[in-house]
Amino acid sequence: MERIYLDNNATTIVDPQVREAMDPFYCQMYGNPNSLHSYGIEVRPYLHQAMEQMYAGIGARDEDDVIINSCATEGNNTVIMGMYFNLLKDTRKKRLVTTQLEHPCVREACRFLETQGVQVTYLAPDRDGMITAEMVKEAINDKTALVSVMWANNETGLVLPIKEIAETCKEKGVYFHTDAVQAIGKVDVDLRDVPIDYLTFSAHKFHGPKGAGGLYIRQGASLPPLLHGGEQMGGHRAGTVDVAGMVGMGKAMEIAVDSLDFEDKEVRRLRNKLEDALLKNDDVMVVGDRELRTPNTLYVSIRGVEGEAMIWDLNEHGIAASTGSACASESLEASPILTAIGADKELAHTGVRFSLSRFTTEHEIDRTIEVANRAIDRLRQLSTSY
Amino acid sequence: MAKNDLIGGSLWEQYSEKVSERMNNPRHFGELTQEDAQAMNGRLVVANEGAESCGDTVRLFWVVGDDDEVIKSAKFKSFGCGTAIASTDMMAEMCIGKTVEQATKITNLDVEKALRDSEDEAAVPPQKMHCSVMAYEVIKQATAIYRNVDVATLQEKNIVCECARVSLQMVEDAIRINDLTTVEEITDYTKAGAFCKSCIEPGGHEKREHYLVDILARVRGEIERENNPDGVVGDDFLSLSIVKQIKAIEQSLDQYVRPALAGDGGGVELDDVCLGDDGLVHVHIKYQGSCKGCAGSVAGTLSFVQKSLQGTVSDKIRVVVAQS
Repeated sequence: MERIYLDNNATTIVDPQVREAMDPFYCQMYGNPNSLHSYGIEVRPYLHQAMEQMYAGIGARDEDDVIINSCATEGNNTVIMGMYFNLLKDTRKKRLVTTQLEHPCVREACRFLETQGVQVTYLAPDRDGMITAEMVKEAINDKTALVSVMWANNETGLVLPIKEIAETCKEKGVYFHTDAVQAIGKVDVDLRDVPIDYLTFSAHKFHGPKGAGGLYIRQGASLPPLLHGGEQMGGHRAGTVDVAGMVGMGKAMEIAVDSLDFEDKEVRRLRNKLEDALLKNDDVMVVGDRELRTPNTLYVSIRGVEGEAMIWDLNEHGIAASTGSACASESLEASPILTAIGADKELAHTGVRFSLSRFTTEHEIDRTIEVANRAIDRLRQLSTSY
Repeated sequence: MAKNDLIGGSLWEQYSEKVSERMNNPRHFGELTQEDAQAMNGRLVVANEGAESCGDTVRLFWVVGDDDEVIKSAKFKSFGCGTAIASTDMMAEMCIGKTVEQATKITNLDVEKALRDSEDEAAVPPQKMHCSVMAYEVIKQATAIYRNVDVATLQEKNIVCECARVSLQMVEDAIRINDLTTVEEITDYTKAGAFCKSCIEPGGHEKREHYLVDILARVRGEIERENNPDGVVGDDFLSLSIVKQIKAIEQSLDQYVRPALAGDGGGVELDDVCLGDDGLVHVHIKYQGSCKGCAGSVAGTLSFVQKSLQGTVSDKIRVVVAQS
């Protein structure tokens, strides 16, 4: 059966060019980059090159740090735990401000700090799913140490006004952290324009390998490491560098940034084609203004069709999509994001997310439209509410 | 946690073939009308259960024979996930040919058993057992409509765990007879809390009337008072000196709270005791060990500690997490 992958906000195919770049570091140049001998020496230029690609990709300045780690979950935990040991634990700063939209790795790290006596504000999005600079401004007080707001939301694709939020934090003298996992390779991320202190990303969301990620730290905003015990990454993150992963991430970053224009035009065109076709069915609604979303993401609510049942039917025909339906998660908890948007309680159970990539083809979208329409018809026939 | 629990994410792989097959090709979906009922010399019964905002709804149609109360035909409609559709389909099939009286005895456990591929392998993963509960409830609803009685008269009273059909009495008996001190032990003895976990503590998949953490704390408190009838309760506690209050709290933490938390590698430390503005004694605690990192610490564990102290020391106690 032909398979179609439309779950690119979960993870992506590794770009063949990226894999090619990684390949020599398994069986040929497998030296530890910290070694003094030739095996170590031959590897280091490639790591420097990867660093160049990473710094250029996000517009970091040479005096800033980009710590290479395992994923954005690690980066986000490093920032939040580091903030605890630097400020929250022993100074008069006692508060964090974040949002209900965040990935669990931010939310649960904050919840953990609550058990240590830190006060956390979880901002609720407005009816459009947005967090505004105004909301952040109101939530900050003189005890606030850090604000953490994601750049783009994984479920809805909504891109938040990060520049304004970052500037607000700067004005207020509060550190600002953003989880940019869903933004890299989809929208322009340029730290020369935006005063961000900490930014995190994962390579596997932009056609790089799983298990490689990055944490940007602005000069002067240094944090204690999460992993101790080595000189790697200037002592900021101990542990032998995954050379192949880092090289792959550098290459993936370079291609992702070069492909931004393609993403914005071609991926957007295919996403809109799918969106328009699904909207031709009665009682279908899409979450978030099309222009405010990442170009690849479509979160659709289909009245009368439960989300997990829909992705079941799609999967039976080889199409991979995802759902925020409570039923489909191991914990059975309703998607906090859709609950937060709160437009319609049903939405939390009817949501289906399609996320495309630059590898998605026109043929795949045409076939998805056909299969999705058939699934909608079948499940609505079964449904009590349609 | 152990080898087989470390790689999460699997859900659909745990469905039986029968569940998949009925999701793809349900045999009894559709509607029955008054004309259908007349043609079969029967009466039409239509019952609804669930709410779409909760994620699951089902509508059951029966034609019940006029003279013998036998269900001649059963059909359903469902808004729900694959296991909800498959279990409703199986439930409808199991109704056919039974009298209303017999059908009312079908439970979600029977439906799940019928969906198994082999006798000793569950048809659905634990967290999906919940989906078959709706199938069970809609039968009760249909019977109530058919007999024109209040559905409450047909429902089992005080069910704590819908998935495993465990009543309050069964939980209380298990705690008393086996001297249980942890929720895990209750689950081992009764199966309550083994499936969707809603009944363990507040904040789960759905709101419940009874939670295992509360029942445990209450029954432990009752046992304690029975064994120690001279213990202090209520206002008496407020009149004790602070030293005696602390002693009583520490004793209760040692006896009831710490052993329960130790099972998960956690613990609590008493940080402070003081009289609050609300007239209650505020007990400030700090988490230790795995409780520190446990997401449930904020709500679940706190509620457990409070209920335990209220049950075994005094109902005039409020527990708060100490500020660092």
